[in-house]
Order: sequence, then C-alpha cells, then structure tokens
Amino acid sequence: MYVAVKGGERAIDNAHDWLAEERRGDVSVAELSIPQIREQLALAVNRVMAEGSLYDPDLAALAIKQARGDLIEAIFLIRAYRTTLPRFGYSEPVDTGAMACDRRISATFKDAPGGQVLGPTFDYTHRLLDFALAAEGLEPPEAATAEARQEPTPHVTEFLDREGLIQGEHRPEADTPRDLTREPLELPAGRPLRLQALTRGDEGFVLGMAYSTQRGYGRNHPFVGELRIGTVPVEMEVPELGFAIEIGEIVVTECETVNQFTGSKTEPPQFTRGYGLVFGQTERKAISMALVDRALRWEELGEDNVGAPAQDEEFVLYHSDNIQATGFLEHIKLPHYVDFQSELELIRKLRREAEERQRPVQQEAAE
Amino acid sequence: MKDFETEENADRKAWMGLLARAPAAELAALWDGLGLAPDFAWLRAPEVGGVMVRGRAGATGAAFNLGEMSVTRGSLKLTDGTVGHAMVQGRDRRKAEIAALADALMQGDRAGTVRKGLLEPLQAAAEARANRRAEKAAATKVDFFTMVRGEA
Repeated sequence: MYVAVKGGERAIDNAHDWLAEERRGDVSVAELSIPQIREQLALAVNRVMAEGSLYDPDLAALAIKQARGDLIEAIFLIRAYRTTLPRFGYSEPVDTGAMACDRRISATFKDAPGGQVLGPTFDYTHRLLDFALAAEGLEPPEAATAEARQEPTPHVTEFLDREGLIQGEHRPEADTPRDLTREPLELPAGRPLRLQALTRGDEGFVLGMAYSTQRGYGRNHPFVGELRIGTVPVEMEVPELGFAIEIGEIVVTECETVNQFTGSKTEPPQFTRGYGLVFGQTERKAISMALVDRALRWEELGEDNVGAPAQDEEFVLYHSDNIQATGFLEHIKLPHYVDFQSELELIRKLRREAEERQRPVQQEAAE
Repeated sequence: MKDFETEENADRKAWMGLLARAPAAELAALWDGLGLAPDFAWLRAPEVGGVMVRGRAGATGAAFNLGEMSVTRGSLKLTDGTVGHAMVQGRDRRKAEIAALADALMQGDRAGTVRKGLLEPLQAAAEARANRRAEKAAATKVDFFTMVRGEA
C-alpha cells in the first residue's frame, strides 16, 4: 500500500525563508557582492568552476554566495545550471605550450629554459595568521615588476622527449574523446575519459587517492617535472565561418609528472608521465590528478596491478564525483517512513519469533 | 577547414578573437563612444550556451574533454546585406550584439572607424593587461646563485 503524506509545504517555505535570512547574516554587516567574491575568494571560485565543470567566474561566485560558502552545494548549482545550456560544440584542444604563464616551476630541472617563476604562491609563506588582513582599508603592497618574457615557455618534458628518455604522447587516429556529459560512464574508460572524470572530480577525493600512492598503495615515484599556471586562448571552429576563431581565454593549471619506469617486455627503461589539467589556479588538484592519472595507467604500461585503490579505475571513477556522491549520501536523510516502517515490522516479527522459540525452553528449565 | 585560412580570414580571425576575449564593460564603453548605430536585423538573436573545452593528455597526446565554458553567439545582417557573426566568452547578450555589429562593419567602408575606435584600443588594453601580469611573473623568477665555500 502506498500512502502519500502531505503537509510539508508550509514548513518548507518557512525553512527556505529562514535560510535566506541566515544567508544574509547580520544586516549591520555589509552584504557581499558577486564581484567581491570573484575577486577576493578567487581560489574558491576556481574550485567551483573546475568541479562544476563550467568556466564562468561570475556564475561560480553567485553559486558560492547562494550556497553560503558550501562549495559542494555551489558546485551542485553550477552542474544544474550547465545542463540548461545548449551545447554549441567542442573547442580545439588548448595549447598549453603557448600559455602566458603566471607561475611555472620544475622540481626536476633547476635551469629549465624560462626559469623557475614562482607567481602568486602560498609556498614559502609561514602559514601564520596575518592579523593585518583583519584591519580594513589597508592597501596591499604593489607587486614588483621586471622585464616580461616575450617568447612562449617550452614544456620541460620536451627536453626528455628529445632524448627519447620519456614515453612519448601519441595522438590516436580517431581523436574524438568520449564525453561524460553526453553518455554514461562505461568501463574500461580509457585515458581521455579518465582525465575528464579526474579534472571535474572532488579535490579532496583526488588528493586522498594521490596521497595513497605516495604512501605506498601503488607507488609510482613522481617528480613534478613541471607545474604551470596561466592563461590560454580557446579556439573553436565556427561552422558559419569555416575557420577557427578564438572564443575566449581561460586560466588553467597544468601538472606534468615524470615517473620512474624500469621498462617492460615492449618498452625500454624510460620515464613515464602523469598529467593534470584543471580550470583555474588549482595546483593541489592538478598535481593530485597527475599522480592518479599515472597510477591508473598501470595496464597500458605493462605494470603489475598490486591491488591498490588508486589503480582501480572503477573504484576511482565511480567515487570521484562529489555531486553523485553527495546526492546518494544525502538522500538518506530524506523521508524514508514507509521503508523504515517495513523494517520495523520485520524486526518486531523476528523478535517475536525468537521469543516464542525460547519460551518452552525457559518453561522446562523452571519445572 | 584550415585551407580556408587565407590572409583575409586571418584578419577577421584576429578581430573576432579580440572581440570574443574583451571584457563586456570595456567593449560596451568603447562602442558607445563610437556613436555608431547601424540598422540591422537578427539572423540569429543572441543565445547563451556552452562550449566543451578540450585539452590533450600530456599536453600533446590524445584529446580529452576538460570542461565547458559559457559563450554567447549571434548573427545579424546590416541593411546593406553584410552579415556579422559573434561567438564571445560569457553570458552578455549586448557583448554579442556589439561583436556581431563590429564584425559586420569591419567588412565594409566603416572598417577604419571601427578599427581605430574599437579594435585598436581593445588590443592595446589586452596587451597592457597581459604584459602587466608577465612583468609581475618575471619579478618572481628565481635567480639561483651558488655559494662558494672555503678558499677560492
């Protein structure tokens, strides 16, 4: 029997009104604007764009405001919004070699052409709270400038590639990747689909998986060959024109790891690669992505599956999406009255039966 | 399709890219300053949508889908029949309208006005912004030096 239970509407409306009031907080404190969030909470905005899988800083800032700073809720809002957008097409793959780099470091080559450019980094800060920021109206110090580099910065892996010391990246003949937003995830996924899942995957999950490989669960000896953050143009072929034009520019973070590889039956000893590319300034995520990408490549590189979670494509890909995860996790707090009623009936029945089985024994013992 | 990239296309490609990347407010302010208000009819009214941006594994290998970006597109026709297209970053319909008008005008006798009053200032502003960031980045470049220890 199905029994519809009604009567929540008024409570729900009132709850949402109160939510709006709580979102605003103390009205004697100035309200946050979307540009303030976009400009001053830029790394939160970047995370929402990366995991929401939509590059639009203003929308991400709006989502953060609406979600009261709950980033997974904000990502949920962005994912919901993007399903309403008509898809105009696919861009040409971005050329990260042509990136205007804000930051570019290599942990493997001190003197890489283009140098070690730190950019606006938290690295080398002492992680001490800066109480000066608690005072309002302080102007930040002006950033120093030096003569700008004019030429593009070459990828570090190019140098190893030239000597044949690192596994090459080959473009397949059919270079149209499967798209998670257009078809359900089916395994085996293959590297392009895995990269799509990882780049929009939950930062905490991908970080945890990457960390597990460092601690020994599928160790893959990564060096950060290169980490770069900066702006790349996005080109797309427009059918009305018959040629490709730039349709905008985006900030991305790219991480290339150089990993040890002792060789296999078909490959000589050489370095191998892990790859991370993520929207925005998101380097923790990009490094994590590269480590997990490399761990998931065990099969194509002829390595052993040691049973580590990070090597398990199904485990990683089916649990990396925080919107799927939160949807399934949080639904259990919603009304399950009828489900639970049947469980309750079952428990009572089992207990009754158990008690009835025990009763004659007790009576015998008493006699 | 790359065969179509003639010199004329290269020029159009450059201005369309510049218009697509321009901050909406900056574009509108420059356009309003031009005082051009050509009559036109929409062939396709501005429409907000998404484009799936791709990357390549290892920067140079197999293509993969990185995530979408928001864009607005539109096409219009001037009274003389010239067609202008826009495919611009963001969700600003006015930006798409100005970009499509500029694209159409750049194909006619008012190209000089649009180039001087709109494209050149946009280009200069974009270059100044990019250069400013590159200069700040350059100032954070590490200058390694080796400490010489002991007697030389």
